[in-house]
Amino acid sequence: MPNSLIQIQNISKSYWRDSIEIPVLNDITLDVHEGEFLALMGPSGSGKTTLLNLIAGIDRPSKGTITVNGTNIASLSESALAKWRSHNIGFVFQFYNLIPVLTAFENVELPLLLTSLSKANRRKHVELALNVVGLGDRIHHYPKQLSGGQEQRVAIARAIVTDPTLLVADEPTGDLDKRSAEEIMVLLDRLNQEYKKTIVMVTHDPRAAERAHVQRHLDKGELT
Amino acid sequence: MRILKLILKNSLRHKLRTFLTILGMSIAVMAFGVLRTVVEMWYEGVEAAAPNRLITRHAVSFIFPLPYSYREQIAKVPGIETVSFANWFGGTYIDKNKFFARMAVDPETIFDVYPEFIIDAKELETFKRERNSCIVGYEIAKQYGFKIGDIIPLDGDIYPGKWEFVVRGIYKPRTQSTDATQMLFHFSAVDERMKVEMPGREGLIGWYIVKIKDPNQAGTISDQIDALYKNSSNATKTETERAFTQSFISGLNSLLAAMNFVSFVIIGIIMLVLGNTMIMSARERIQEYAVLKTLGFSGGHLIGLILGESLVISAFGAGLGLFLTYPVVATIAAIVPKGFFPYFFITPTTLILSATSALSIGLLASIFPIQRAIGTKIVDGLRHIG
Repeated sequence: MPNSLIQIQNISKSYWRDSIEIPVLNDITLDVHEGEFLALMGPSGSGKTTLLNLIAGIDRPSKGTITVNGTNIASLSESALAKWRSHNIGFVFQFYNLIPVLTAFENVELPLLLTSLSKANRRKHVELALNVVGLGDRIHHYPKQLSGGQEQRVAIARAIVTDPTLLVADEPTGDLDKRSAEEIMVLLDRLNQEYKKTIVMVTHDPRAAERAHVQRHLDKGELT
Repeated sequence: MRILKLILKNSLRHKLRTFLTILGMSIAVMAFGVLRTVVEMWYEGVEAAAPNRLITRHAVSFIFPLPYSYREQIAKVPGIETVSFANWFGGTYIDKNKFFARMAVDPETIFDVYPEFIIDAKELETFKRERNSCIVGYEIAKQYGFKIGDIIPLDGDIYPGKWEFVVRGIYKPRTQSTDATQMLFHFSAVDERMKVEMPGREGLIGWYIVKIKDPNQAGTISDQIDALYKNSSNATKTETERAFTQSFISGLNSLLAAMNFVSFVIIGIIMLVLGNTMIMSARERIQEYAVLKTLGFSGGHLIGLILGESLVISAFGAGLGLFLTYPVVATIAAIVPKGFFPYFFITPTTLILSATSALSIGLLASIFPIQRAIGTKIVDGLRHIG
């Protein structure tokens, strides 16, 4: 049995809107093992993106602990958490979120600017990442010169370029046509199988979820 | 390097908006620079005043003349090197718009008390020898095309009648702050004619220019000169040249204060223009900043990006504005008669003030967008639609 990479213990999350507490997640406990490909599913408002954000360290739980690769991320300061994210997390967004004024190469290079790698080494890593996602010939293209599927592949290259422990993907196929969505899922599957990346993915799409090893469903803030 | 590239690319993301902001800033910086130049030029005469020159004038007002006979008595006061004098002649050269200072002076001593007026020795000798000659400043010679041998006709008002003086020399200014817009001619030529045409007006001069040996003795010497005529009908007031010049512009203090105020209002306007651009840019990029934070970029990185962009725009605006200030100031200097502004140039202080104001504005304009970018939670930023 592989080790647990993510240990979520009794976490709850609430938001406040005009002094009204809105509970989103309620007493969630979940383990994700190293090398696992987990799909989080559920209806809109069920809390799956919130859970993903907590795992990725871009939001903090109201209660409970989240340990990723041995680090209790809920206890880290903002700056320590930012540093931790840059080393451990690759994030894939639904709408790609590439910087429009930067080329594919420059977008993928962004996370590496936070490392001490030399320019030549950064180039090597970026080219490798873009080759992995099959866009080695598009490195100088700007996002507006790429299709949606290609943009998402650039976003995946950006997520893997630092060789993070964990890939988190929020509806990675949500903005894509069927064929592009399939290509992205093949790519994520490959990253999991060949490169042994642990992936936590939020999706509405049952076909995308089928690629995952484990599917967990959330409903009204609780795992079912 | 990449961050710098991102800053530059962000600055040019909305080319038209950035261009208009830079243009607006540059016009404001130029207006600021021109206004500051006008204000500074008023004060430049005060700054350029020599510490070893005293001015002795009538105690009531400098428009009242003093007897020429005071000269010898003043010269006997200990610590005085040279006593010269000048008389405001007024008059018109062709028409009222062609204004420059015309002074009836003592040709023997005037260049001793004003060593910053550089004159050729031969030209000075000729000037001293010929009673109907004059010497003109380099700036008005250039403006009106005066050459040696030319006759300058003047239509007298304070000293009525037609007057003609032959140009026998052109003096050059020693520094940029030296007044090179004066026309100097023999007091004796004016005085002789007054004796004949307007008896009773002879033997009166405008003010004495007293060159002293030790500037530290200015107060004592001034008191001693004034003590000589304390109870006379023509009591004197002696003060340093700086104080004398200052008293000229004191009447314009309100106007200068208003110009100062307007120049700083312009700075406020620039800040609003740039601040508006930066706020719009930051609002549009809230999602991008959230993405960068997700990737691990810290608050410091975001500060660098936003502040850098604001400084890039303000630096371009300041650069273009200062570049435009030079031809505008040169045009004003060419249009305005030299007599109004003996010198009109951009001082290093104006340049530094304009540049630092623009860059400070760049800094201030980024504060609100930085605060917003840093203060927005990542999850809220990712949901934001710009």
